[in-house]
Amino acid sequence: MDLQYAPEHEEFRESVRAFLKGWPLKGDEAELPKEEQESLFRQRGIDAGYVYRGVPTRYGGSGQPNDAIKDRIIREEFYQAGAPGDLPSQGAGMLVPTLLEFGSEEQKERYVARALTNTESWCQGYSEPGSGSDLASLQCQARLEGDEWVLNGQKIWTSGAQRADMMFGLFRTEPEAKKHAGISYLLVPMDRDGIEVRPLREMSGGFEFNEVFFTDVRIPAENIVGERGQGWAVSRATLIHERNLIGNPFMIREAFDDLVQLARTRIRNGRPAIEDSGVRQRLAEIEGYVRTSETSNLLQFTAAHRGEMLTAMRPMMMNKVCSTDTTQRIMKCAYDLLGSDGLLAPLDEELNTWSRTTTSTGWVLQYMFSMGPAIAGGATNIQLNIIGERGYGLPRDLRKPF
Amino acid sequence: MDFGLSEEQVMLQETIRSFALSECPTTRLRELFDDGSGHDPAHWTALAEMGVTGLVVAEEYGGAGLELLDLALVAEVFGESAMPGPFLGHWLATLGLGLAGTESQRSQILPALAKGEKTACVALQEGVGAWAPKEWTVEVRGNRISGVKNVVTHAAIADGILVGLEAGKLAWVDARAPGIEISNENGIDRTRPFSTITFDDVEAEILEQGDGTAEKLVSAASVLLAADAFGAASKLIDLDVAYAHSREQFGQPIGQFQAVKHAIARLGTEMEPTRALWWHAAYALDHLPEEASRAASMTKAHITDRAMAAARESVELHGGYGFTWECEVQIWFKRIMFDRSFLGNPEQHREQCAALAGW
Ligand SMILES: Cc1cc2nc3c(=O)[nH]c(=O)nc-3n(C[C@H](O)[C@H](O)[C@H](O)COP(=O)(O)OP(=O)(O)OC[C@H]3O[C@@H](n4cnc5c(N)ncnc54)[C@H](O)[C@@H]3O)c2cc1C
Repeated sequence: MDLQYAPEHEEFRESVRAFLKGWPLKGDEAELPKEEQESLFRQRGIDAGYVYRGVPTRYGGSGQPNDAIKDRIIREEFYQAGAPGDLPSQGAGMLVPTLLEFGSEEQKERYVARALTNTESWCQGYSEPGSGSDLASLQCQARLEGDEWVLNGQKIWTSGAQRADMMFGLFRTEPEAKKHAGISYLLVPMDRDGIEVRPLREMSGGFEFNEVFFTDVRIPAENIVGERGQGWAVSRATLIHERNLIGNPFMIREAFDDLVQLARTRIRNGRPAIEDSGVRQRLAEIEGYVRTSETSNLLQFTAAHRGEMLTAMRPMMMNKVCSTDTTQRIMKCAYDLLGSDGLLAPLDEELNTWSRTTTSTGWVLQYMFSMGPAIAGGATNIQLNIIGERGYGLPRDLRKPF
Repeated sequence: MDFGLSEEQVMLQETIRSFALSECPTTRLRELFDDGSGHDPAHWTALAEMGVTGLVVAEEYGGAGLELLDLALVAEVFGESAMPGPFLGHWLATLGLGLAGTESQRSQILPALAKGEKTACVALQEGVGAWAPKEWTVEVRGNRISGVKNVVTHAAIADGILVGLEAGKLAWVDARAPGIEISNENGIDRTRPFSTITFDDVEAEILEQGDGTAEKLVSAASVLLAADAFGAASKLIDLDVAYAHSREQFGQPIGQFQAVKHAIARLGTEMEPTRALWWHAAYALDHLPEEASRAASMTKAHITDRAMAAARESVELHGGYGFTWECEVQIWFKRIMFDRSFLGNPEQHREQCAALAGW
């Protein structure tokens, strides 16, 4: 155990910091719209070798040699600086790793670079009205006719479909095959005839996810990733990336620090709430979980780095439940600190951004948003099944045949 | 940047674990638990030969000169096996002497403790949980001390006592010195019996000490108790899993019911990641002095609290059998009760965390 970074890594950290002095942008560049500023800086990050390090340069990444410690330093420093690094989008975060692993050369060339810069945006078409946790029971159909797939059916809770240029989705291509073996992973341009996107309103009041209907939608036969019937295995790989996105201890630490700040500013019994012994107890207890996530992340990092996968296996399985629960503890505590200010609905401009705001209505929104991770990307009950069955070897649930 | 164990540390744990499994299996543990002695001299001698009694004693005094993390790794295994014996107090006494003793005090006292020829205990706590050095009240006049200390583990068999005094000072006392009265209590955790000690004008070696020595000692105690509780909870989860496989109701193993499976998965999810929390807190005591004290309090509060919840759930998962004296669960349940309430309960340590953060 040695938590000091080696001199070469400290030097590397200094170079990252020097680079990050360029954020926020200055002068004329600071006048550009926010998104353009971010793209501009992200491109500089790619050129400097700090962003999309695992993606080869020919596909628009910075193609750096694998170095988990440098990756970590970059993540820490970019997070501290609030600077735009790897996009946490469905395209860059989920589709790209999948294509790099399973895609054809043409697919990588055609899609990766644009997903990285979000010049082509992606949505994830997995869930269907009848197939959520039991995703492999999905019914949305793709039939091969000549050199085209013909799609029919419905997807639901598709985040960002209203803006997306493309969808990566799962479709039943071999109706005769067994449940998991009949599924393929397809890439669907969202502008095709026969696609209808209907917004769904969320409990928070916003419109971030949608229903997507397919009626005789035609897409080229080559828009399949992997082989016919391999879609399940291909999609499992993406889900792992999604779970990694969710378990980010920097985000939890930041939310906790904001919570402490909230407790300093809210008043309880005529004094700052943070002086109230009940509040202090609650904060310290929550921080126990936050610290656990942070240190466990280090442990898993080292175990993965050393190739000791057995040490990391169980804590890795637990990351999603841990971070979901810890975030919820933070949000519940914040909500209680708001008192009756918690009765005000979020503002429209807050609804339409994914970034956290620490106004009182911003906290109300987060209080509701923090339910999302308990459902999306594998509901908590499903995670507990995985931990119980694969982590502790308990007998599997009884399942009806498909 | 490496947050993992060295080969030597892994080996240390394996050696101690295989010793505990072969020499202190449940049958032997049960005897020691039931007879209330909480001590097996044969274990002590064998573990002393393996170096366990002198792990954190400097090499010049015959110890292994290791760090707190190494000690905590052994504490984890002792928690797993609910190892009876005076190890906790002995380790803390050697740690305190090493930190606070003068050269001549150390060279006089430590070699016999390192070899395990003599046994030490620590008298830190007073009242109902006054654990912090600033709360200690034992009076010092010249080289004589007077006052009352409680929850002194294995005082009945100790040769010497490290005592916490007013103003956070420390002293070393011969357990048979005139003026000492040791009264044994009927403790709940029979693997670690304890006593109340009254000191009435007792001759003592007052230890020299640098700033924060007593705080470092109680922080070390917090981390060792947390590691012990972590080990104990891991053992309970193993017992739960085994029982969930073997016990059948409604024609299936109870582990197939999601209520049972998820309860176990939850216990695991609350405990398993906290391994990193106590590793880090133990490491901090030797390498990150600014954060060590707060990390220790947070670790003790968090882990012993979670472990206690796991122990309660484990009783429930074992049904009526879990409620019996015969069922092994109660042994670890009580081990964790001790780890949780000795030297400050979670509430006290959380307040400490709040204060140290300037909240
Ligand atoms: C914010 C958000 C964004 C989303 N974005 C997308 C997206 O972009 N693309 C996409 O495809 N999907 C998306 N989803 C959908 C999400 O993946 C599904 O909601 C999720 O998989 C759960 O499926 P379900 O809603 O059908 O719930 P169900 O599977 O019907 O579950 C309902 C309840 O039953 C429980 N349950 C189900 N099966 C079991 C079991 N075997 N054992 C015990 N309990 C069980 C669940 O835990 C849950 O509590 C999103 C969801 C949310 C909340």
